[in-house]
Amino acid sequence: MPVLPPDLDEAGFVAFLDELRAAVGADWVWSSQDDLFPYRDSFSPVWNTGEERHASAAVAPADVAQVQAVVRAARRHRVPLHPISTGKNFGYGGPSPNVHGSAVLDLKRLNRVIEVNEARHYALVEPGVSYFDLYRHIEERGLKVMIDCPDPGWGSPLGNALDRGVGYTMPFFRDHIGAACGMEVVLPDGEVMRTGMGALPGSPSWQEYRHGFGPDPAGLFAQGNFGVVTKMGLRLMPLPDHYRTGLITVPRRRDLIPLVEQVNYLSDSGFIGEVRFASPLAALMGNADFAALATRMGGPSDAEMDAAASAAGLHSWAIDLQFYGSEATTLANWNYAKERILAAIPGAVAMAGDHFPLPATPQQLDNVTQPYNSAIRRKGALGVPSLGIWEIVRDNGHVGFFPVLPRSGEAIFEAQRVLGDASREFPLPPFFSAITAPLYWQSFSFQMVFAPTVRHNDPAHNAMVHRAMKKMVAVAAEHGWGDYRASPIYQDDVADTYSFNGHALRRFCETLKDAVDPDGIIAPGRGGIWPRRFRPVRNGQ
Amino acid sequence: MKAVACLAVALSAAVSLSVAAQQAERPRINPADLPGRQVFAAQCAPCHGAGRGDDGSHSLPGTEALARKYAGALPGELERRSDLPAPLLRLFVRRGAGAMPAFRPSELTDAEIVAIADYLAATAQRSR
Repeated sequence: MPVLPPDLDEAGFVAFLDELRAAVGADWVWSSQDDLFPYRDSFSPVWNTGEERHASAAVAPADVAQVQAVVRAARRHRVPLHPISTGKNFGYGGPSPNVHGSAVLDLKRLNRVIEVNEARHYALVEPGVSYFDLYRHIEERGLKVMIDCPDPGWGSPLGNALDRGVGYTMPFFRDHIGAACGMEVVLPDGEVMRTGMGALPGSPSWQEYRHGFGPDPAGLFAQGNFGVVTKMGLRLMPLPDHYRTGLITVPRRRDLIPLVEQVNYLSDSGFIGEVRFASPLAALMGNADFAALATRMGGPSDAEMDAAASAAGLHSWAIDLQFYGSEATTLANWNYAKERILAAIPGAVAMAGDHFPLPATPQQLDNVTQPYNSAIRRKGALGVPSLGIWEIVRDNGHVGFFPVLPRSGEAIFEAQRVLGDASREFPLPPFFSAITAPLYWQSFSFQMVFAPTVRHNDPAHNAMVHRAMKKMVAVAAEHGWGDYRASPIYQDDVADTYSFNGHALRRFCETLKDAVDPDGIIAPGRGGIWPRRFRPVRNGQ
Repeated sequence: MKAVACLAVALSAAVSLSVAAQQAERPRINPADLPGRQVFAAQCAPCHGAGRGDDGSHSLPGTEALARKYAGALPGELERRSDLPAPLLRLFVRRGAGAMPAFRPSELTDAEIVAIADYLAATAQRSR
């Protein structure tokens, strides 16, 4: 049974497809069920259910002029377009659309690295460029810049930034939308707009001053649906001379509070890269008594956890630190971090890790010489794209809920208890327990991770996961913790929680949406923003 | 999914026989000369290559998953597999398998899948 776009009959759909073929060539338009299979979200818990959202077609233009032609055809036929970059946003929807019957606007063929400037430290890329592509471009030319990549290297730097993805190096660079500088956008009427200095014809500083003059709408295109981004500037870190790591552990549960304060100071002062928090007590989770204690409803007492740690001869918390700079400055920063933390927390222990000049050798990239168990993934830390992370993917993939938390030890303890208690009714691994450590992906906030798997052959399991995801989003919001990024099937659930003053933010965005995209053709529903035409289907109604 | 799995098995059996018949008379080809080498390197090797995985892992995730799945009956490395002719390879590429998502024609064309299959046939022949 073919899928038709909303409000379009078969004859209209045929006419639309004919226009797409005229715009991009018949080889780059697909509408059969077989061809559209890879446009499904294989990580979806609503796989093969009535809630799954299928595309009616996919079209892959090769340049900006073809993107404009596709957008204009979609507008003529009022067909919603769902733009994707490399289509690898797994865990957050992959290539699948918000609205059933949308045509996927597949930008993979816009794959040019337009510029990498090693003197001024930026890149200008198209959406179909992957992290692998950008890295290869830099390596082949021996350019002295470093990219900041998320876990799987097949994603798009442009697309990842637009979904507010994160990486693993210094705070400014691992916030990928924060490190974006200048966009080119095809608007819903097919016109091309440039943001920041790109609006000034002939400006040589498009990738150096993002704001330009007057209101800067660039942020609207992140998790938004106001246009199709066809170029983006990315700030790049100069390749440091040296990389250094070190580990610090603290003995007691409550030591997390001053430890976080010290890390906040060091990070916000620019002394350290991404910090990996962990609990050495994770080694005890195979012990049934300890696991029961760590996951007990209401949470264990500090004294109980300290007694368990003491009995096992383990410290309660550990931080993996990493430093970028010269050999001398990385050593000075490591010594400074040790000095501050050991002075602030009685019983804290520091251990020096690997250090070496950059670029790293293949052996150093293998990360097998750390003198301690490290949670840092070496390639991620050094901006080397990889698919090694796929080793953690189980079953047919997973969905993800990552609530944003304040950077305090007290907040971590509260989130452990609240989210742990809320998740116990679901037969899932204990994502939240008294040893759950914060993720420090974002530059100035913490997160935790809830990422249950999906199984294509187990609809009951998937239904349970679907219920669990919705419950976790709701419970977290009751405590002021919101998700940062979501699959289309959860974007309304998450957007519903950002409801200050009667959803003033959403109403503002939807007013803009109606003005710039009156037919609602660009990714309706993305980010919880629905054009007037589709508002009746908010929340899957 | 069950239908897909059955189709895969049937295709595998049918095409393996014809591949086996052809292999006896096929001249040795240097895999490095084949266009599929670059496509494999860019699209498949980051997960299915023969090298080590990240951070001390013995092998890459796709290679590890296939080694576990076939438990010695077939090699984990795709470049040692002689049973992946283009129609079967296309099925896995376009449908995905396990934790591997499907690949779209915009990122990997049917012609490139054929090129990869030719490359794998050559590397498998060389590894014997």
